[in-house]
Amino acid sequence: MSFLELRNVMKRYGSLDAVRDFTLSVKRGEFVSLLGPSGCGKTTTLQMIAGFVEVTAGTIQLDGRDITRAKPNSRGLGIVFQSYALFPHMTVADNVSFGLEMRRVPKAERAARVEEALALVHLDKYAGRYPRELSGGQRQRVALARAIVIRPPVLLLDEPLSNLDAKLREAMQFELRDIQRKVGTTTVMVTHDQAEAFSISDRVVVMEAGRITQIDQPYRIYEHPETEFISRFVGKTNLLPGTVTASADGGATVSLAGIPVPVHGDGLGGGEAVVLCIRPEKLRLTAPGQGRVPGQVSDRFFLGSQWLYHVDGPLGTLMAVSPNDGEPPLEPGAPVGVDWSPRVVRLLRGGLPASAPTLEELE
Amino acid sequence: MSAVAASPAPDPPAAPRPRAVPHLLAGPATLLFAALVLTPLILTALLSLNEFEYATGRAHGFTLAHYAAVLGDPYYLEIFLRTFRVAALATGICVVIGVPEAYVLSRMRRPWRSVFLLVVLAPLLVSVVVRAFGWSMLLGPEGPVNDVLAVLGFGKKRMLYSEGTVVVALVHVMLPFMIIPVWTSLQKLDPAVEQAALSFGASRATAVLRVVAPQILPGILSGSLIVFGLSASAFAIPGLLGGRRLKMVATIVYDQYLSDLNWPLGAAVAVILLAANLIVMLTYHRVVEGHYRKRMG
Amino acid sequence: MARNGPVALIFHTLVVLFMLAPLAIVCLVAFTPENTLSLPTRGVSLRWFQAVFAHPDFVQSFWNSLWLALLAATLSVVAAVPAAIAITRYEFRGREFLNALFLSPLIIPHLVLGVAMLRLFALVGATGSFGWLVASHVVIVTPYVMRLLIAAISGFDRSVEQAAYSLGASDATVFRRVTLPMILPGVTGGWLIAFINSFDELTMSIFITSPSTVTLPVRMYMYATESIDPMMAAVSALVVALTAVAVLLLDRVYGLDRVLVGQH
Repeated sequence: MSFLELRNVMKRYGSLDAVRDFTLSVKRGEFVSLLGPSGCGKTTTLQMIAGFVEVTAGTIQLDGRDITRAKPNSRGLGIVFQSYALFPHMTVADNVSFGLEMRRVPKAERAARVEEALALVHLDKYAGRYPRELSGGQRQRVALARAIVIRPPVLLLDEPLSNLDAKLREAMQFELRDIQRKVGTTTVMVTHDQAEAFSISDRVVVMEAGRITQIDQPYRIYEHPETEFISRFVGKTNLLPGTVTASADGGATVSLAGIPVPVHGDGLGGGEAVVLCIRPEKLRLTAPGQGRVPGQVSDRFFLGSQWLYHVDGPLGTLMAVSPNDGEPPLEPGAPVGVDWSPRVVRLLRGGLPASAPTLEELE
Repeated sequence: MSAVAASPAPDPPAAPRPRAVPHLLAGPATLLFAALVLTPLILTALLSLNEFEYATGRAHGFTLAHYAAVLGDPYYLEIFLRTFRVAALATGICVVIGVPEAYVLSRMRRPWRSVFLLVVLAPLLVSVVVRAFGWSMLLGPEGPVNDVLAVLGFGKKRMLYSEGTVVVALVHVMLPFMIIPVWTSLQKLDPAVEQAALSFGASRATAVLRVVAPQILPGILSGSLIVFGLSASAFAIPGLLGGRRLKMVATIVYDQYLSDLNWPLGAAVAVILLAANLIVMLTYHRVVEGHYRKRMG
Repeated sequence: MARNGPVALIFHTLVVLFMLAPLAIVCLVAFTPENTLSLPTRGVSLRWFQAVFAHPDFVQSFWNSLWLALLAATLSVVAAVPAAIAITRYEFRGREFLNALFLSPLIIPHLVLGVAMLRLFALVGATGSFGWLVASHVVIVTPYVMRLLIAAISGFDRSVEQAAYSLGASDATVFRRVTLPMILPGVTGGWLIAFINSFDELTMSIFITSPSTVTLPVRMYMYATESIDPMMAAVSALVVALTAVAVLLLDRVYGLDRVLVGQH
């Protein structure tokens, strides 16, 4: 039951493919995020859905209607722009009312719906103000109210929170999700912030260099990244290249720098080059002599609720995160053991690309 | 166009706008400028190549005689030379006054800065005839400057209709054109850079000369060119303050056109003036600006 | 914040005096009761202002200049708004050329434009025509309008227009309700600076005005070369006052420093 459907959508600028083979099906009421680094084509995709960028090939359907070539002003979508794009010469109420006027909604109903929308974003007291008299967070809410008041079939959010400071951004994430649930509008959000994408989306579309690399629920993307790019882009990770030495049904042994490590996985052949991917919080630091590999703390960083350790050992430098449980942390130079459960090891087929990430890049 | 979203009818194609749109938008202005800038300039250039008959006042045929006359006759050469000298002098004085003034203005505090910027720049918008008239009174035989000179025991001086007076009035008219670009480059300047120079132990003079001056040099050059170009073609100031005796390029063009009625000769002088102006401006644009863009980012 | 030393302040005071002296003396002499150009040391009189208003040539020229400036500024804005949009918003062949063409009257001496217009008008039989005079003024004031408009339009967040489109507005509605209001300071600032420049223009106009279309600056120039009496000072004082009003208005709607110095 697909509501918004993009099929093999492509955008070419000259000889550059900004977006290729983009196929995505969004269900009614779903909240989908397009996540990727800048230049990955996520904003271009959003602009194609909005109608501001021409589609080179492929189709976009909204509720069964082909809107691939429809003019932006006939699509009826609600858009929240990164810059908010409020009309600076209109009051908050006039901004919100604009779309209703364009739809020739009668005056009385217009006033009621503007009031309702402003109440939803807690700005009912600010109806008479001008955008320049508002804070960043308030402007953001006006932009949201302006987009949802027209009851659009789809709400498009272009980096909606990127201009807010960290604290406000977090608060707005939850509020945005809350409002979206209340009005039930199908939503597509573009963001480069994985925390933002994960915390409020039903599904996340990870993009790299104009292509979709994975579409999944946030939790599954984090736990089961399908490519080394995703595992690096989404959160911190330890990437360990190795070779399959023995395989059995449902499992295998991978040699990492001569150390045998059991992993889960089917169909692995002996001698195959693979990369193991272990999230830092999945590593446990144990007493010296215990665990799978020995190590020595080389550095530590205080993250508030957690400690991040760099541990040197036979596998190189590993990142490990321990909860800050109130006990004194390990000192740099302290010998430790590093342990993990075979269940948490993710296996990526094929060796690391030439540009294997260094520790610095991962941070 | 329908404002309602949910119409099931096929929509007209989106983004590809007709290629003619920008041409249509710029069309009226383009026509106007083609008719009233390009055409008259071309006509004037052609006119300057026509022979002129004093008896009938008709212009026809083809000749380079007017250019030869203008460039070869010591009478015209003297006028060109005088114009060049007066313009160069005015430009030099504008640099000497305008650059420090812009610097002083840029270091003023909030309300005063805008107030004095207004005071110094607003005369630009007052008709040049009024300003020339003002100077003719100030420097006239019964004017306050002569009164002061008399009180100081220098005796009264005849100042009107001299190159000096023309230069003074030109400086007054042109000073804003020098202050504006210098002010603009000072605005782009990071004040911390000057403070950094001072913190490294540079004296104020060194800081200004070694750190500030090189960075505002493009502004000074651009101001100098504007001032020189406008001074060399100035009409009202030499016309009102130079009188009949002190001829400059603009006044001979005026005379050729409106008293001698030798339009082709006047056109030749105008073409030379325009060519000189364009060469100076475009050379500046190409060479200096490109050079500094690279260095200053 | 660095401060100016006493030497700098004395220098600055002298520059300010130098800039204001000719305007101040004009305004003072305008109030003289004498028959000669002199400071009103023995009382103040409005007789020369009365003389101006009773002088049909000056009055006629004032109206000529006013209409000329009103028409030239308005037509210039009407032509420049779409042209500026084309230049800032579209990529097309000849864009750079048009941009240079529209700004060219800034580097072509008005004297040259004057003789060039005179030649054209003579050929098409338009000598002395008020309509052609207006058109020539549109040309010389358009660069000022253009500069302000290009600054206004290129400093404009396009997504605001996109927002209006996404809410269902048509092209015309977007222009009328969003684009135009947002560039309005640039438009009014451009109109005012165009008005002032047209009203003050002397060097080109002197070649192409006829006795019935003589503008105020041309009339003043001719009057000043022939006779010098305090009436000239009174006219000048009126021009200064009118300019001052326009300058204050300009400062209010757009900021004088932004018009003269450019965008920051």
